[in-house]
Amino acid sequence: MTEARVADAGERKGFDVFGFVARFAPTLFLIALMALFALIEPRFLSSINLFNVMRQVSITGLLAVGMTFVILTAGIDLSVGSLLAFAGLVSGAVAKGGLEYRFTVGEGGVGYGWGLAALAAIAVGLAGGYLQGLAITRLKVPPFVVTLGGMSAFRGAALLFAAGGPISGFEPSFAWWGQGKIGPVPIPVIIFLAAAVLAHITLRYTRYGRQVYAVGGNPEAARLSGLNVNRILTSVYVIMGFFAGLGSFVLAARLNSAEAVAGTGYELTVIASVVIGGTSLFGGSGTIFGTVVGTILIGVLLNGLVLMNVSSYVQQIIIGVIIVLAVAFDTFAKSRRRKA
Amino acid sequence: MSTAPAPPSSVPDRRPILKMTGVSKRFPGVLALEDVHLEVRQSEIHALLGENGAGKSTLLKVLSGAHSADAGAIELFGEPVAFATPHDAQRAGVVTIYQEFTLAPDMTIAENVFIGREPGSRLFVSWRRLAEETKAITDKIGLKRDPMTPVRDLSVAEQQLVEIARALSMRSRLIVMDEPTSALSEAEVANLARIIGTLKAEGLSIIFVTHRLEEVFRLCDRYTVLRDGRYVGSGRVADATAAQIIRMMVGRDVGALYGERPIPEHGPVALEVEGLTRRRTARDPHAIELVDVSLRAHKGEILGLAGLVGAGRTETARAIFGADKFDRAAIRVDGQPVSFAGPRDAMMHGIGLVPEDRKKQALFLRLAVRTNLTIAAQDQISQGWFIDERREDRLVDEFRRLLNIRMASPNQAAGDLSGGNQQKVVLARWLALRPKILIVDEPTRGIDVGSKVEVHNLLIEMAKSGIAVIVISSELPEILAVSDRIITMREGRVTGEIARSDATQEILMAMMTAHEGAADRDASAQ
Repeated sequence: MTEARVADAGERKGFDVFGFVARFAPTLFLIALMALFALIEPRFLSSINLFNVMRQVSITGLLAVGMTFVILTAGIDLSVGSLLAFAGLVSGAVAKGGLEYRFTVGEGGVGYGWGLAALAAIAVGLAGGYLQGLAITRLKVPPFVVTLGGMSAFRGAALLFAAGGPISGFEPSFAWWGQGKIGPVPIPVIIFLAAAVLAHITLRYTRYGRQVYAVGGNPEAARLSGLNVNRILTSVYVIMGFFAGLGSFVLAARLNSAEAVAGTGYELTVIASVVIGGTSLFGGSGTIFGTVVGTILIGVLLNGLVLMNVSSYVQQIIIGVIIVLAVAFDTFAKSRRRKA
Repeated sequence: MSTAPAPPSSVPDRRPILKMTGVSKRFPGVLALEDVHLEVRQSEIHALLGENGAGKSTLLKVLSGAHSADAGAIELFGEPVAFATPHDAQRAGVVTIYQEFTLAPDMTIAENVFIGREPGSRLFVSWRRLAEETKAITDKIGLKRDPMTPVRDLSVAEQQLVEIARALSMRSRLIVMDEPTSALSEAEVANLARIIGTLKAEGLSIIFVTHRLEEVFRLCDRYTVLRDGRYVGSGRVADATAAQIIRMMVGRDVGALYGERPIPEHGPVALEVEGLTRRRTARDPHAIELVDVSLRAHKGEILGLAGLVGAGRTETARAIFGADKFDRAAIRVDGQPVSFAGPRDAMMHGIGLVPEDRKKQALFLRLAVRTNLTIAAQDQISQGWFIDERREDRLVDEFRRLLNIRMASPNQAAGDLSGGNQQKVVLARWLALRPKILIVDEPTRGIDVGSKVEVHNLLIEMAKSGIAVIVISSELPEILAVSDRIITMREGRVTGEIARSDATQEILMAMMTAHEGAADRDASAQ
């Protein structure tokens, strides 16, 4: 009852400090963290190190961009790591010239080229995402369960496909997509940032973007407003699949190898990036900008801790604590704003 | 109007049990309460009145310990108190029942009543005592249900009784009810009134928040009016008139709330429904059945759909709109047979539905007003895949002016608007599509008196512009105020049709309840 008046008044009184802090908390935290690392370890701020950080986060960053669409609809996709491994193997096999040549060592086989390999990776990703989207919307199984199943099934498919060994040794034109640079900027970083810009434009300026927020904000209201809720829900898993496919290609190129165990545990990093970036797990609220910041934040944190010789076990503990704190802060800031 | 600073003079026979004096509460940037008084006496039903935003909720939250006051004093039974948490207030005998219930749907009635205070030993719950003690309380308030029934299976009215039972189980002396009747049918309101009367006779006091003035006159002993966070006045209901109270609430005269209006000429039939039937299925055994529902709506008229909650009005509307499946019906729009696979199809044929529950079914509370307003009209504001925000701004501005929507900016979250303005945004969403037929389910539920009149005038304007408007409402005065023709329903069947000029509340009540001698359930509820 009073909320309406309160909101009106809040709008009038000008700069809302708490609102600003709440909105840009991840960014402010990132800046503070970078300043801290720069003080403790001057090597941190070298351009080589910073590009290194960006290159390291670019794969999970690509996945996080896709995951933002999914989480905006109040969904979740746990299968991304497994789907990435499977798509990468298929892509690798195509690059090597087909299933029977997949274990040819070196550059022996007559490959189909990076173009087809990339298409194959993306096609597998799209198909995997579409299948899961259908299971969620048609069979009415919750996303958590469907993608938990997908996580296991795609990993199994990857292990089956790989039959015990990695697929490695690709042509230079293939490997360029993971190892090349334009000027000082690594190709995976360019792909990640380009994908983020495209996704930002889609969510912010297109009809489809509005529909994603609407379905995430209130699916029943969206349906009664004439939106095709099932189609939109399916589409976000297809988009997630696209990024899993693209990510698998870039990862295979960077490592010059596709393995069945690739991407293990990625789902956690990816979901953490999105959530730390301020996207609500309840759907309907969040931005790609936040996701990019969340992704970089995790990368900077890990990089800084490595430079400071903190053990990788301790790193995991710190990341875990930060995820919880980020969401706690978000909830706290929102409730403060609502009362304020 | 002056802010009548003096609290009301006391009547000697009943001592005040609650005295709130000079209560002020400031939120950053806004003074929500300023020097507010509230005095409630023993065995009294006290109406707390005011428009949305008047400060009622804040005052009640201060009383219940959810907020702390910045200034002022609270005296309970003559002792100064300050509750830090709702739990403190409950222990002191003040229990608040909010509009949105706080029950756990999958737990039983008994568990909900005694949640956190289950009888038994330290470790184990005594289910036998739990059931017995619950039964003792529910019998008293006429809730005829096994205490082991899950709350999910209860009607809204029954769930409210569970809330009351919980309050009684805490031995409360003062029960605060925030709009307890907004989701109840007339019969259920009558039942609630009877229960409240019993509680009052036992010496309990009740603070009753409502937007329906007729309930104030029917149920309440005294009233207090707030406006803009200030105390306006209080007194005995018996000494006041509706016009006086409305003037105190809005600070101006709202004209005749329900004025005379000529019944317009009938246009051609826009919508025709014949034999709409929906049976219960095994998957949905609690669904409300529809039996052979037929109706016609003409261009330029407002058709009122009256009935008790559960009569099938909302279900009829949702079936027509393609939101729910049904077994059988012939639906014609402008004489052409149609069949809708979903709401989108209905929209293509010019049908709109403003659903019953604004927050759950219509609004995207956390999204901007602009998204809320234009989500169904994206075709009009888009260039290919992209939204043209300038065109969107123009559309939003057009409807902001047309409907007098009060908002800080189109980017404000819809959840931050008042109830009345939220409803206008939903109406605007549909008007932007230029519908031929608009079904409005509970157009003014939970919105204040001033906005109510505005919404009613909007509905009338829509009809004048040639739209066939169908209004569903549980408030008979509202049905009588806006409809040109009224159809009554009961238990999924149409029970009658009447012109507004021939209808009164009593006639409608009779049409809604008396059908094939099956009125016993409602008779027992009265």
